[in-house]
Amino acid sequence: EKSRGSIFDKITKAVAGKSKVDDDVLDNLEEILVTSDVGVETTLKIIDRIEARVEKDKYVDAQELNQILHEEIASLLDENKSEDVDGFSIPEGIEGPYVMLVVGVNGVGKTTTIGKLSAKFKAKGYKVVLGAADTFRAAAVDQLKLWGERTGVEVVAKGMNVDPSSVAFEAVKKGVDSNADIIIVDTAGRLHNKVNLMNELSKIKRSMQKVAPGVPHDVILVLDGSTGQNAQNQAREFMKATEVSGLAITKLDGTAKGGVVIGISDEFKIPVKYIGVGEGVDHLQAFRKMEFVESLFGGRDATKTN
Amino acid sequence: MFDNLSNRIDRAIKNLKGEGSISEINVASTVKEIRRALLEADVNFKVAKEITNEIREQALGENILIDVKPGQLFTKIVSDKLTELMGGEMTPFSPQGSPATVLISGLQGSGKTTFTGKLGARLKKQGQQVLLVAADVYRPAAIDQLETLGEQIGVEVYTERENKNPVSIAENAVKHAKTNGKSIVVVDTAGRLAVDEQMMNEIEAVKKAINPSETLFVVDSMTGQDAVNTAKAFNDRLDFDGVVLTKLDGDTRGGAALSIRRVVEKPIKFISTGEKLDNTLDEFHPDRMAQRILGMGDVISLVERA
Ligand SMILES: Nc1nc2c(ncn2[C@@H]2O[C@H](COP(=O)(O)OP(=O)(O)OP(=O)(O)O)[C@@H](O)[C@H]2O)c(=O)[nH]1
Ligand SMILES: Nc1nc2c(ncn2[C@@H]2O[C@H](COP(=O)(O)OP(=O)(O)OP(=O)(O)O)[C@@H](O)[C@H]2O)c(=O)[nH]1
Ligand SMILES: [Mg+2]
Ligand SMILES: [Mg+2]
Repeated sequence: EKSRGSIFDKITKAVAGKSKVDDDVLDNLEEILVTSDVGVETTLKIIDRIEARVEKDKYVDAQELNQILHEEIASLLDENKSEDVDGFSIPEGIEGPYVMLVVGVNGVGKTTTIGKLSAKFKAKGYKVVLGAADTFRAAAVDQLKLWGERTGVEVVAKGMNVDPSSVAFEAVKKGVDSNADIIIVDTAGRLHNKVNLMNELSKIKRSMQKVAPGVPHDVILVLDGSTGQNAQNQAREFMKATEVSGLAITKLDGTAKGGVVIGISDEFKIPVKYIGVGEGVDHLQAFRKMEFVESLFGGRDATKTN
Repeated sequence: MFDNLSNRIDRAIKNLKGEGSISEINVASTVKEIRRALLEADVNFKVAKEITNEIREQALGENILIDVKPGQLFTKIVSDKLTELMGGEMTPFSPQGSPATVLISGLQGSGKTTFTGKLGARLKKQGQQVLLVAADVYRPAAIDQLETLGEQIGVEVYTERENKNPVSIAENAVKHAKTNGKSIVVVDTAGRLAVDEQMMNEIEAVKKAINPSETLFVVDSMTGQDAVNTAKAFNDRLDFDGVVLTKLDGDTRGGAALSIRRVVEKPIKFISTGEKLDNTLDEFHPDRMAQRILGMGDVISLVERA
């Protein structure tokens, strides 16, 4: 399995006996990045930066190049501003319940991520309310309700085929009235090129703001980790439609590397907050930048020689 | 943001002319541009490399170096090549047997259950006696989802809510179909990762048990570089008969389709273009897909301008 080999092995091989970063090294690097869905443009950007760094630092060996590589890629990932250590706390300075809205294209893992989030928050002692505002996809409400049962969290639902805005309104209201700590609203999957569906998001947001101005505090865009370059378009359009403040990357338990997120985080300055690593309730982690970069390169500590 | 291929070729050709002499090296740089365009469309790295090597050979063979309009010749070569790669003609879907049986497989969230509903609607319209089978025993509300779709299209859905074994559910469903005069059975299964040994064993067992007339692999058209690996792994286990491409109502280029077609050598049988069940399931047209991958509308006009 070529693409899963360690980058360090490859770099070592490529630079063996050489005194500079030559085309072999760069070709190798290009292959590794592109096959991780990093995309041509971002890959070229990374390569340019590495060339510049190497020029300046007068690189000597593979070990150092490897280090530079990690640093440069990591620097493209926007920093999560919160001081939160484990990624599952309420941001500072919020009055009333902390409200999250979860959005994304079809089938990426929104509902599942919400189920997992509610378990994490509940385990920390927070009172959580979920809003079942996907009233479109067959059995979407049932699905969220089952997650609510599984995690012991209340789900506000008004059934199928009702206006999602009214469900979002009710959910926020219920959360505020019952002194919940956290409210998470699920939405139907929508492709970013469908104007009406994207406009619906603004409407959902406005209806939530009728209960509590300033909500949602966070809009999480869920991206499927196996998505290719289209994720760029998704991020762009969802950013336009609603103020996306964080990303969740799902399905990273497969062989896909989720590399597309590097370009997105860099271009749109959105931090990755969560990663999904399975279908189970515990399979959600706070995003760790360096771990992600390592896993891009085959899952082993690339700075260790053997 | 993504440059389309015609722009790229145009630019590369201008460079050729600027240099005064057209050499093999210049052709190589044009080919490199084409390769990048393919990668941006999510064509698999290795596949893109192979294709562009073939294109270069052909371009040199047709003596593009002395052609007065090398750009146009190049463009045509690329366009023809991709169409050829997408598979010459359409392969019909016509499962045999009484009842005929169809097994649906794929990754999580790729659109299997929705496709099962769509296929059910289509087969019913063709006068078949259809039975849909809910053999996803894992995803919360998966059975409810398929039942809802069955109701919408007026087709019976076979369920065993207490049975957690998809193999016996599928077997029992086929028996049920036989005794109830059904002509075709479509088995929806849970989403699974190709690296999940246990889950891959499970679907292999389902296949063995019912020996389906057709096994279909459902893939999200937004998938990136990993699509090929996944398709290959599923094919190694299931030797599927065809591919279903979903979510093509988005703006993805769909380069994964080309890559799967080339690596797995199985025909693409259906494309799915919406969440609704009616009129969103189409036959696959290789030429249209080839054009989509490269934003080829422009390329064709470029050739015509000549
Ligand atoms: N392997 C794996 N599967 C996941 C992960 N997250 C979600 N899934 C699966 O992906 C499928 C889709 O998840 P959902 O949560 O229903 O996705 P969604 O975005 O809510 O889908 P729609 O509401 O239909 O747009 C389900 O089968 C989930 O179990 C993950 O991190 N890893
Ligand atoms: N826009 C669009 N959405 C689609 C299409 N096909 C399926 N979907 C949506 O994609 C999401 C996932 O579809 P499902 O049919 O639940 O996918 P699945 O493969 O059965 O998912 P799991 O059973 O969880 O693995 C749903 O929101 C569907 O409505 C399509 O062609 N276009
Ligand atoms: Mg959902
Ligand atoms: Mg399903």
